[in-house]
Amino acid sequence: MTYRYSVGAQTYQFADLKEVLAKATPARSGDYLAGVAAETYAERMAARMCLAEIPLKTFLEELIIPYETDEVTRLIVDTHDKQAFAEISHLTVGDFRDWLLSDIADSATLKRVSTGVTPEMAAAVSKLMRNQDLILVAKKCHVTTSFRNTIGLPGHISVRLQPNHPIDDMRGIAASMLDGLLYGAGDAVIGINPATDSIPMLMDLYYLVDEVINQYEIPTQSCILTHVTNQIQLIERGAPVDLVFQSIAGTEKANKSFGIDIALLKEAQSAAHSLKRGTVGNNVMYFETGQGSALSANANYGVDQQTCEARAYAVARHLSPLLTNTVVGFIGPEYLYDGKQIIRAGLEDHFCGKLLGVPLGCDVCYTNHAEADQDDMDTLMTLLATAGLTFIMGIPGADDIMLNYQTTSFHDALYLRKVLGLRPAPEFEAWLKKMHIMDASGQVQPIEQAHHMLQNMPKHLLSAA
Amino acid sequence: MKKIDEKSSEISSLEHHSPDPWTQLKSFTRARIAIGRVGSSLPTKEVLDFGLSHAMARDAVHLALDVDALETDIKRQNFPTIRTKSMAADRATYLLRPDWGRRLHEQSLFRLQNIQQTKPIDFLIVVGDGLSSLAVARHVAPLLAEMRNYLPSDWHTGHVVIASQARVAIGDEIGQALNARMVAMLIGERPGLSSPDSLGIYLTYNPKLGLSDADRNCISNVRPEGLSYAAAAKKLTWLAKEAMRLKVTGVALKDESDVQEIGSNTTLGLNKN
Repeated sequence: MTYRYSVGAQTYQFADLKEVLAKATPARSGDYLAGVAAETYAERMAARMCLAEIPLKTFLEELIIPYETDEVTRLIVDTHDKQAFAEISHLTVGDFRDWLLSDIADSATLKRVSTGVTPEMAAAVSKLMRNQDLILVAKKCHVTTSFRNTIGLPGHISVRLQPNHPIDDMRGIAASMLDGLLYGAGDAVIGINPATDSIPMLMDLYYLVDEVINQYEIPTQSCILTHVTNQIQLIERGAPVDLVFQSIAGTEKANKSFGIDIALLKEAQSAAHSLKRGTVGNNVMYFETGQGSALSANANYGVDQQTCEARAYAVARHLSPLLTNTVVGFIGPEYLYDGKQIIRAGLEDHFCGKLLGVPLGCDVCYTNHAEADQDDMDTLMTLLATAGLTFIMGIPGADDIMLNYQTTSFHDALYLRKVLGLRPAPEFEAWLKKMHIMDASGQVQPIEQAHHMLQNMPKHLLSAA
Repeated sequence: MKKIDEKSSEISSLEHHSPDPWTQLKSFTRARIAIGRVGSSLPTKEVLDFGLSHAMARDAVHLALDVDALETDIKRQNFPTIRTKSMAADRATYLLRPDWGRRLHEQSLFRLQNIQQTKPIDFLIVVGDGLSSLAVARHVAPLLAEMRNYLPSDWHTGHVVIASQARVAIGDEIGQALNARMVAMLIGERPGLSSPDSLGIYLTYNPKLGLSDADRNCISNVRPEGLSYAAAAKKLTWLAKEAMRLKVTGVALKDESDVQEIGSNTTLGLNKN
């Protein structure tokens, strides 16, 4: 169906719903690269005005990627909760923005309707929202999950401890892990991006993290971010797997390029459930996403990158993850050019994820060929933490020496907790206090040489003591 | 008076700054661990160190490659050179349009097609600035010197093609234009904070437009702090000889240069078993 919108004497025409969505999107390099962005500022505003008048119901009738060709579309349509949708079914996209910002849409209401909201509806309304709108509504959306601790409670922010090493040196990884724990990081997950694909070496990494968690009795979970098929194989061989990781995207074809489909994710989830390693809860999946992944796999079907990203959250939602991480600035300047585009994308992703009921954290990050620096990261992390972000990354000094990009540090997490009064997961906070890393008032303290964990190092580090 | 002031300021800076008592663990990793804290924030020294590393990486991306100097360096290694450029006119366009960095400017293509070749090229070397002009300026000439020691002397290499605003795949079009059996693309890698000058090598058999990364073999992190020039030249030669033998590069050609090396040097170990 063709859409038209007139501004003064000029009439703008859009071939279909996905063109309205793409042209209404705030400017970003990836949509220009894909050839779907608005050509003028005025066309962009016309597309937004047109979008504001489209009823939410239209998104259930006019599918932006055909049902027959794409299993993510089928998932979205087949799992749509009509009862939850009833409460908002009379609204246009513009009305939906007003409704979300109104006091009627309190936390309980937003939770109730979340299964009635499709990714396309969330993406559509986000395109009409300013940054402060994205923050305000996301803050009202509470998504709580659990495995060995409770993630996502209001007033809390968790940290993924990411102790990567370019050649998976056990001592190097253990050293970064200890560094992070002594800075109060690691409640979301201790998650390693391995350099290797070798099953025996991956097995060693699982045992390394598991030993540290057991030795210090840390109420947290581990994850090794290798391909899901490797993790299934490792589970079969008896590896102590807590969370199963996978990168996911918003179209079947893009997921195929990652070597996965929804059935494979389901299989991995069952395998992890079978180990029964969670103590507080049973959310066993950890997903990573990012705007631009569908286009880079040539699998975007003319859909803008932000809408594709929101569709990935439908895949995530279906598998009840403990954590989902939008790795916002990793993909490079041809998708998100500068700090402004990265900041906007991070806020959109967090809003869409939370509105859909997904526990969204953010790898607030950039590469050295993007027009961004640590000041942009400070801005984005502060905005996201204000919006109730579930978790951020913690890397020594914000410098990932394995993946070669800059992200957030253990110090950054402490800054957010201090400035915004945010706390770690409650079980983890109790552990930090027990270990005298955090004092009674909730402040993380400098560590003395005589500290228990330095006197009793993980066995991999003993030769250094 | 002055002495006391100095002493008191020294004491107060010590009071603000809490070092982390696990600095000995730094010997296990280049990660920025045990960097200390002021309150819970980064000490000034760490903020400045990080800023300098980022500045080096930014300059590596944005400072234009000095092609005159590079040409002189390459000629000194007794390779003739020819200059080309991609369809990306400048750095900003290059960063926004990777697809244009993969294609030759039409004038460059015309130039290559009009080179009078005496005999077919077996092993073509292309040098591209990529994302780190620093890597190319520092490492290409010494790497070429090492390659002279390893490459079979009967392989014809022709000109070394220098490509500006280049991505890896521009080597395909250059190789096709020159009818080369194989192309080795030497290119500046995306700079990391602690590695602003990493050089990558991509080897592609039967180069032509439309190939993908699955059709190449990659040798990464060539620089004195990473993979040495000699080790890189040796590995590249091993891969190139195998590619010539199997008539293929990419996923079908597994890099077993290390395995073979171990195999040939560990006869004692094998005897024990």
